[in-house]
Amino acid sequence: MSTAPKQLVIISGKGGTGKTSLAAAIAHLAAGELPIVIADADVDAANLDLVLHPTRLESHPFSNGLVAEIDEEKCISCGLCEEACRFDAILVPDRTGDPYGIDEVACDGCAACVYHCPVEAITMREPQVGEWYLSETPYGPLYHAHLFAGADNSGKLVTLVKQQAKLRAMDDGRPLVVVDGPPGIGCPVISAASGADLALIVVEPTLSGAHDLARVLELTDHFGVPALVAINKGDLSEQQSAAIEAFCRERGVALSVRIPYDTLVTEAMVAGQPITAWAESPAAQAIRALWATIKARLGLQGKE
Amino acid sequence: MRITVASGKGGTGKTTVAVNLALSLAAAGRAVTFLDCDVEEPNAHIFLRPQIEREETTGILIPEVDDDRCTYCGRCAEVCVFHAIAVIGTKVLVFPELCHGCGSCAYNCPEKAITEVLHPTARLRWGKATGEGTPIAFGEGVLDVGQAMATPVIRELKKKGLPAEEESIAILDAPPGNSCPVVETMRGSDFVLLVTEPTPFGLHDLRLAVQVAREELGLPAGVVINRDGVGDDSVERFCAEAGIPILMRIPLDRRIAEAYAQGETIVARLPEYRERFQALYRRIEEEVGR
Ligand code: SF4
Ligand code: SF4
Ligand code: SF4
Ligand code: SF4
Repeated sequence: MSTAPKQLVIISGKGGTGKTSLAAAIAHLAAGELPIVIADADVDAANLDLVLHPTRLESHPFSNGLVAEIDEEKCISCGLCEEACRFDAILVPDRTGDPYGIDEVACDGCAACVYHCPVEAITMREPQVGEWYLSETPYGPLYHAHLFAGADNSGKLVTLVKQQAKLRAMDDGRPLVVVDGPPGIGCPVISAASGADLALIVVEPTLSGAHDLARVLELTDHFGVPALVAINKGDLSEQQSAAIEAFCRERGVALSVRIPYDTLVTEAMVAGQPITAWAESPAAQAIRALWATIKARLGLQGKE
Repeated sequence: MRITVASGKGGTGKTTVAVNLALSLAAAGRAVTFLDCDVEEPNAHIFLRPQIEREETTGILIPEVDDDRCTYCGRCAEVCVFHAIAVIGTKVLVFPELCHGCGSCAYNCPEKAITEVLHPTARLRWGKATGEGTPIAFGEGVLDVGQAMATPVIRELKKKGLPAEEESIAILDAPPGNSCPVVETMRGSDFVLLVTEPTPFGLHDLRLAVQVAREELGLPAGVVINRDGVGDDSVERFCAEAGIPILMRIPLDRRIAEAYAQGETIVARLPEYRERFQALYRRIEEEVGR
């Protein structure tokens, strides 16, 4: 089958809004009705596997971009590379006591220094900065990745994970890809949200939650992705929840549910289970209703 | 003293700790600079409520080609690692969203046909937050929506905003995650304060954050446990094993959650916390002196 699968991306302005718990619950509910593929696009701090308990089937290295390297033997310590580098990535003997070298963490891989070096002492190399995996979970195949600490541009790895998940869904004729997105509105989120059929934005009823929501909506609008908003722990502040709802109405954004504050959610998380599989709690019920809305919005046929 | 306040993920109370630490030190008469380096979603201003005195545009230098001089030799495209400049027939195309502003194209152009011009990607906002005690010097970067590169903005914010004086205290609120923008924020700090929750998610992210701070950058680090009382003891066990000091515990307290929801600080709602945050700073000083 080659019909394009639907992509649902779950994002939030900030992390810690219960996004991953919600993504796991949605994956659990969706998988009960139709075959899905899951992508954990939060490659900086992939958390979904703590709840989905994947069995790893494949690992692949991921490299992204170059870093400079100075050949100590050839270097004549002229300092021209340091003048050329706009990323403060050249380690200077005056400060380090060592020969000229590269701060690999700071190096942007632009290769400007290579051209400035009069004796061709600088070369570029391509180190591995992460890994991506295919795993099996009780709810379907999971594509996920791990970016080594401090590595730059997780956007590329996010795109790769999403692409693999989508290809798999197309190959198997699975109608839905559930993407757990990264926090923020930067490069990784742009990569995660672009091309999605629906973005589920999770917010908390706080002043900064409302502030983040406005920024995230600007982003989904910018990329033409329809949005649906869920207020997590909606009963924590009636005032802020109402303000967020009013804001959504004003913006013409569909608001789905308030998920109540529910201590069982933390309990389920500690136990490593999706809340919907753990207990028929108030939060689980709200998430079931949310899933029904998502299904309708994406035009998916699931069994009831 | 430069302290970066970070956490593997957002939502652990990182900004809360950074803001309350700054306010408590200012209340004790210390000169404090606060830089919100979470340029994708700066929100410390919600709590500090600074008066913004000055705004400026920042960005990267991108090439601009003088058609009269250009011979379409293709050298610029050849040296650009990021494929941000292309020569097609008698046209040179620049793709600002791909450009890193490295200057290689301009340097290598044999005809000196390239000048570098500022391409705006963010705004820097400067001001003062006045509360009790000394006013806090405040700076934040606000990334334009649709712009992907946070790191150069953070670099610029630090370059312009960090005080030179040794005795003043700079508190940098880092973005969430563990990737490049976080590393850029931490770089050059004397101490990294990691805020976490005592749950398996918290531990997972803390582990990564510790790796970045200690192994990647070689900086001393300490932990603040927020919402102490939820979850399990896995964070404590990890800290004990890894030899990371737990410098403060903030209990799970509905009053704190409510204050946060209203954009209020802990020290405003519960003034007794001022002394606790000052004690946190003394612990940091001890750790740095070690
Ligand atoms: S490759 Fe670019 S960023 Fe890296 S050291 Fe050379 S000039 Fe600096
Ligand atoms: S430009 Fe080349 S020779 Fe000069 S200091 Fe740098 S690496 Fe050494
Ligand atoms: S290197 Fe200079 S002369 Fe050659 S194509 Fe580029 S801009 Fe034109
Ligand atoms: S400044 Fe650097 S990244 Fe930008 S176009 Fe020129 S060579 Fe490419």
